[in-house]
Amino acid sequence: MTEQQTSAVLDTASGEAAGATAPASARWRAAVPSPTVLVLIGAAVAIVAVAGVTNDSFLTEGNMTNLLRQMVSTGLLALGMLLVILTGGIDLSVGSVVALTGIMSAGLVSGLPLPLAILVAIVVGVLCGTVNGVMVARFSLAPFVVTLASMTTFRGLTYVYSKTPITPTSPDFLTLGSQNVGPIPIAAIITLVMFALGWVLINRTSAGRALLGIGGNREAVRLAGVKVQRHLVLAYALSGLCAAVAGVILASRVGIAQPSVGQGFELDAIAACVIGGASLSGGRGTIGGTLAGVVLLGLIDNLLSLYDVQSYWQQVLKGLIIAVAILVRRGERQNT
Amino acid sequence: MKLELRGVRKRYGGVEVLHGVDLTAEGGRVLAIAGANGAGKSTLIKVLAGAVPLDDGEILLDGEPLTLRGPEDAQGLGFRTVYQELSLVPQMTVTENVLLGALPTKRGLVDWSAAHARVRALLEEIGFADIDPRVRAGRLSVARQQMVEIAKALAVEPRMLVLDEPSAVLAGTDLDRLFDLIRRLRERGVAILYVSHRLAEVMEISDSITVIKDGRVVDTLTPARTSEDEIIALMAGRRLEQIYPDRVPEPGKPLLSVRGLSRDGVFDDVSFDLAAGEIVGMFGLVGSGRSEVARCVFGADRPTSGTVELDGAVTRFRTPGDAIGAGVALVTEDRKHSGLVLGMDVTDNTTFATMARISRAGLLDTRRRAANVQDMIERLGIHPPRPEMPVRHLSGGNQQKVVLAKWLLTRPRVLILDEPTRGVDMATRVDIYRMIDELTREGVAILLISSDLTEVLGATDRVLVMRGGRLVAEVGSADTTEDEVLAHSVGVAA
Repeated sequence: MTEQQTSAVLDTASGEAAGATAPASARWRAAVPSPTVLVLIGAAVAIVAVAGVTNDSFLTEGNMTNLLRQMVSTGLLALGMLLVILTGGIDLSVGSVVALTGIMSAGLVSGLPLPLAILVAIVVGVLCGTVNGVMVARFSLAPFVVTLASMTTFRGLTYVYSKTPITPTSPDFLTLGSQNVGPIPIAAIITLVMFALGWVLINRTSAGRALLGIGGNREAVRLAGVKVQRHLVLAYALSGLCAAVAGVILASRVGIAQPSVGQGFELDAIAACVIGGASLSGGRGTIGGTLAGVVLLGLIDNLLSLYDVQSYWQQVLKGLIIAVAILVRRGERQNT
Repeated sequence: MKLELRGVRKRYGGVEVLHGVDLTAEGGRVLAIAGANGAGKSTLIKVLAGAVPLDDGEILLDGEPLTLRGPEDAQGLGFRTVYQELSLVPQMTVTENVLLGALPTKRGLVDWSAAHARVRALLEEIGFADIDPRVRAGRLSVARQQMVEIAKALAVEPRMLVLDEPSAVLAGTDLDRLFDLIRRLRERGVAILYVSHRLAEVMEISDSITVIKDGRVVDTLTPARTSEDEIIALMAGRRLEQIYPDRVPEPGKPLLSVRGLSRDGVFDDVSFDLAAGEIVGMFGLVGSGRSEVARCVFGADRPTSGTVELDGAVTRFRTPGDAIGAGVALVTEDRKHSGLVLGMDVTDNTTFATMARISRAGLLDTRRRAANVQDMIERLGIHPPRPEMPVRHLSGGNQQKVVLAKWLLTRPRVLILDEPTRGVDMATRVDIYRMIDELTREGVAILLISSDLTEVLGATDRVLVMRGGRLVAEVGSADTTEDEVLAHSVGVAA
């Protein structure tokens, strides 16, 4: 058969393939949130509606501002955590980084100009994350173990820096965590901006796609020329960065930096990611889902406090809600 | 026993992959299912194994409607499936794998001698008495692992045995032994479904052949009254008159030179050249070091000694990224393990090797990325043509096209293909051969690694033969025979 004939035959084949074209809805399909996010948004709306009707203080401006402020720490930590989880890792050290950077910023601000004090604290957070990343990437250690060790180490360093709580002297320092723009706390705006940057990172940069690819099939992306170690370090460093921002904001909001603060924060962050559809084995997870997870957790905390539910029962309910969210997600995965 | 499928439909996401399939399997008969990649064979098997639920249609067992709620239901009925992808636990022994979950016990403890004896008897029955039940499954060759899978399926007397592409890893006498086993099972009244696109086997072993195409049954034929050509035409919906393009070797200037490349314990002192516009085959038995040579050339593994020259200059690829930057691409042997991120979509998988190139300051040029992906979908005929589809949902042949697309986008000057047509149907293979041929016209040098003798001679200009980690022969593809190449590879050449 001549060349011409061959290509004629094969053109028929590709013509067939093109003829059986799938829906042209591909574009908007990508823009619509996944079922998980829709379910979470639905749940959040339902909670808000019920709470608004049954509780007079819920829908007040004061409570809403408060709610946003409460979500900041979990939100920032969940954002960093998501980047690590996408690679198939986990970062248990973020709570300790919150304490370390919080107390450092509160301490440094008495001797350094405010921006510099904050910058130093953030650099320290990035360094903490980088240490985690290097251990995980370069020495191929299990992320769980590495960050378990660094969780203790960073907590220890926090107490080395100061055994007692530090009350920051600069009044400007307190602005960051307590001031609002209209009803919206500055801290919440910072958090939302960081989520937006996170979305760009994950969906619009080669680094973000690489993080997902590493979690999905590390060997395949390595063979495609992706620098796996460098990207792993990046993910942990960014987690450290987010934790540092959270630490500074928390110290500023509370007005006092406690060395014991942040214990268990990593668990809320992980929970938010998982509720939002991230897979702990990596390669799966979205910014929108994580944000929805953060909002849902925040709403639950806020409401249970408003209704004066005992804090132990709060924990029980939160645990149940996480379990339900994961079950919903399992159903979704089986349908696709 | 008689098992019927009536009007079976199955959708994944929004795409229907089975459009009302009718099929009848009977005890004591071998039914072959032939179809191109993406025809729906794998889905059909999963339906029969109870691994995926039906969206519509029914299954009748001896005339009675049957609902399979999960794989346990199918297994409880004696339906056994041996999938193409192996499911053994590599760290466990053959015995533990075969009797997984059903180890014999004595006074509450596992009775190991009874267990080993049981498995030894099973292996003997299937004609592979030479497999030691005590070794770890992971230490066996892939072909042996496949036989262990079959032994596992037979551990409980089956009523139906489904074999999915068993010959993808079995060859020669191993395959003969498998056929003997199939005939014995048939005499015992077991219904056998043999899924393959290797038609010579299908013609040899089956009592009837059902051809499916695009999720529909096209025809059911009797081997005695049909021909391979007819089946191929039915599978493809067209006639394939020539599988391999005519090649007139016109090697240009040397592009890649490998000199004395060695990796301790794997291969030793390998030297060869690839010239622009040339297709060089590399043949060798499993374990001869073929793939390992490719990985070292590509920078995926480190050689112990030796050099790789590109355009006459010695280069040192420390990472695959270096090799890609220099215009070398490697399509690896195992697309699921090292080629694709299954959970991610066609767009991502197609662009992993070129993301950095289409980014500015780290930001992806998404419009350009979409255009590149669309271009590849059209050029390679990836089906369904949906960039946002997770590659997990694509058929084997289309997954392979996605891997090829990824590497074509890097615009390679040297393209190394390791078993690019394994588990790929005839129509797609022809597409791949034609694509390779076209690339050589643009001056690309191709190294085609294959364990398919016909392919390695048909699609190439010359062939390098490896044995035991050494390059033992080089022959012109037109001046040699399959026997000669095989003889070199096993070391009995005159």
